[in-house]
Amino acid sequence: MIDFGFGVSPSSRINLDKADKEKFNELAIAEPDVAKCMACGSCSASCTAAAFEDTSLRRAILSLQNGLCDDASKLLSHCMLCGKCTMVCPRGINTRHLILSIQKIYSL
Amino acid sequence: MIHLLSAAVHQITPEGIIDRYPNSYNHFVLPFVIGITFILIYLLIGLIRILYHLSGEDRIKLLKSLFNPKTAWKNIKDIFCDCLLHTKIWKRKPLLGYMHSAIAFGWFLLIVVGHIEVWLFAPRHLSGLTEGSLYYPIFYRFFIWINPAHETLRGSLFFFIMDFLLLYVLSGIGLAMFKRVRSIALGMRHTTKPSLADRVALYCLWLIFPLRLLAEGFTADLSGGGFLTRPLNWVFRAFFGNELNFLPTWWAYSIVLGLFFAAMPFSRYMHILTEPLLILFRNAGLKVRHPRKGFAEAEIYACSSCGLCLDACPMNVQKKNLKYSSVYFMRFLRRHNNKKTREIADKCLMCGKCYALCPVGVNSPAIRRAIRETRNNKIDCDYSYLDSYAEKCSENPKSTGKILYFAGCMSHLTPRIIKSVETILKASGQDYEFMDRNEGICCGRPLMLAGRTDAARKTIEANSKIIKDSGCTTLLLSCPICLKVFKEEYALKGIQVIHYTQFVDKLIKEGKLKVSKSSSAIVYHDPCELGRGCGIYEEPRNVLKAVAELKKASKERDESICCGYSLGTLTLDEKDKAKIAESSVTSLMAENPEQIVTACPLCYRAIRSKAEVPVKDFAEIVCENLENNDKN
Repeated sequence: MIDFGFGVSPSSRINLDKADKEKFNELAIAEPDVAKCMACGSCSASCTAAAFEDTSLRRAILSLQNGLCDDASKLLSHCMLCGKCTMVCPRGINTRHLILSIQKIYSL
Repeated sequence: MIHLLSAAVHQITPEGIIDRYPNSYNHFVLPFVIGITFILIYLLIGLIRILYHLSGEDRIKLLKSLFNPKTAWKNIKDIFCDCLLHTKIWKRKPLLGYMHSAIAFGWFLLIVVGHIEVWLFAPRHLSGLTEGSLYYPIFYRFFIWINPAHETLRGSLFFFIMDFLLLYVLSGIGLAMFKRVRSIALGMRHTTKPSLADRVALYCLWLIFPLRLLAEGFTADLSGGGFLTRPLNWVFRAFFGNELNFLPTWWAYSIVLGLFFAAMPFSRYMHILTEPLLILFRNAGLKVRHPRKGFAEAEIYACSSCGLCLDACPMNVQKKNLKYSSVYFMRFLRRHNNKKTREIADKCLMCGKCYALCPVGVNSPAIRRAIRETRNNKIDCDYSYLDSYAEKCSENPKSTGKILYFAGCMSHLTPRIIKSVETILKASGQDYEFMDRNEGICCGRPLMLAGRTDAARKTIEANSKIIKDSGCTTLLLSCPICLKVFKEEYALKGIQVIHYTQFVDKLIKEGKLKVSKSSSAIVYHDPCELGRGCGIYEEPRNVLKAVAELKKASKERDESICCGYSLGTLTLDEKDKAKIAESSVTSLMAENPEQIVTACPLCYRAIRSKAEVPVKDFAEIVCENLENNDKN
């Protein structure tokens, strides 16, 4: 293969048919709040762990909706549960419990 | 009852006391004997079970504490004050205290004085089981015949004391019955719903003492009696003319006693016998390790189901949430109802008010945490970045001075707190270093509260390393949540951990910080973790009195109402939190202050969202009233 010095971005296409919906349904039952998220990013902006590692609840929720479970687990694995996101969430989502539930359901 | 008297023989002591029954036995004692034997065996097995479930280390700790004169003395004092006199209830609700101590202490004295009486007048009946030592002192008045002509001063004294004590207990029972009808008269808004076993035991307890009075009243002409039983005897004689009712009342008395003891292990009255054990455990410094076994089991059985925690719980603003109170939590734990206990454990705000106000001192928040731990501790996490960050910090130690200021996550959400603290530090000429100005590691308390102890240990280790390597001598904190965990879980030898309220109080006392008094009327909200958690009530008030007019809240100090947004809760939803915040603000506004002051970034945000008057942080209000205000 000739090296042109540049490449094509890896495909970001998501096949939702292949995604595991069961776990997301389980999460939606345990945490109805997950549907309330409007992806404003207040949680990510205030995150304590985000100063060190790539951590974002907003992106984690988006990833889960898109069936990218591994990404979501990774984005939350550094969380210290400090609770700042709960305090700033304009939708009043109980983010700490949401994070705990995601970690529990998707670690299986 | 001629045949009873005719059975009487010999054994006339100088006081003229005759054993009416030389074999000191009558069938009516059987229910009592069966009941007391059952409860004694049950207790022994329970004790062995609890001790078996304690860890070896805890057992040694307990054994050592029993032989340590200091803790031994504390044990005796606590058992006397808490189990018998109920000083804790007296202090808060005198009538309720009187009710409970009348029943507990009165009954205890009845038993003790009864035994002394037997020991003085019929000592052979204490010598062994064949002589009836198990029941004789309880039914003493049935078994003896006193020749009124020979009644001595000593004997009369005991008649008086026993009748007086009976009256004392009966007054308590009377109040207890009244409490069932109108609990608010004794200072309780809500009371616990009794379970079936509770009801059986409760009605038996109510009956024991009136029946004792009846039985002793019927016998008073034979056994002698005091100011209560003698007149009763005259009345009975006037009505019935004979002593036909004599034996049935003794049977009834014995049956209710037996029934009470039989129902005891399944009812709330188990607390009478378990509380002393809990006191020994607590004073030995044991901690809850398992949510149901060992120490926790002692706590579960020591819960008296009194329901004082129902009024205490901040969630009680909504009646539907009363079911999450500690008393029901302990009941479900006792019944091994895992579904309910988990639900309640996750709902709790962990504000610690039920623990602070509990007359028995049942540490239910610790058990709740233990339950969370069994479920959340195994959640995976990736905290490798903490070590590298700690390593990086240690390479360039931050603190050149003596004071290291750690703001914590929550203070960073309220920059005005950080700004004010820095102003105070500068104004008082302190040499300090800011530990987490740009980034910092969480203190670990939120993880602890969520039951993720192992994860919390990692953040604690990383923070400890940064603090120790910084070379500071004082760690200044502006968040009570951090303070609690720094005091309890961190081992920072030689470093003073201090909250900014204590720090400012110290500065003012040492004359390093000068404040002026404004005429503004303020009220102070005690944050749960600072007040009940760390016992800091006076320092912030000292300072606030110096800077403004301090008003009182309707509930303050250890009765302060949680702001509702505590990190302790895992599942409480936004609406419930808002309700609690409102009730907290209502309590604060009791004397119409112009401003509300608090000393916790979380409380600050929560109260500000609900209060109609300005809300300020402690540091902010100090800054506003600094003399020679140099805000640069």
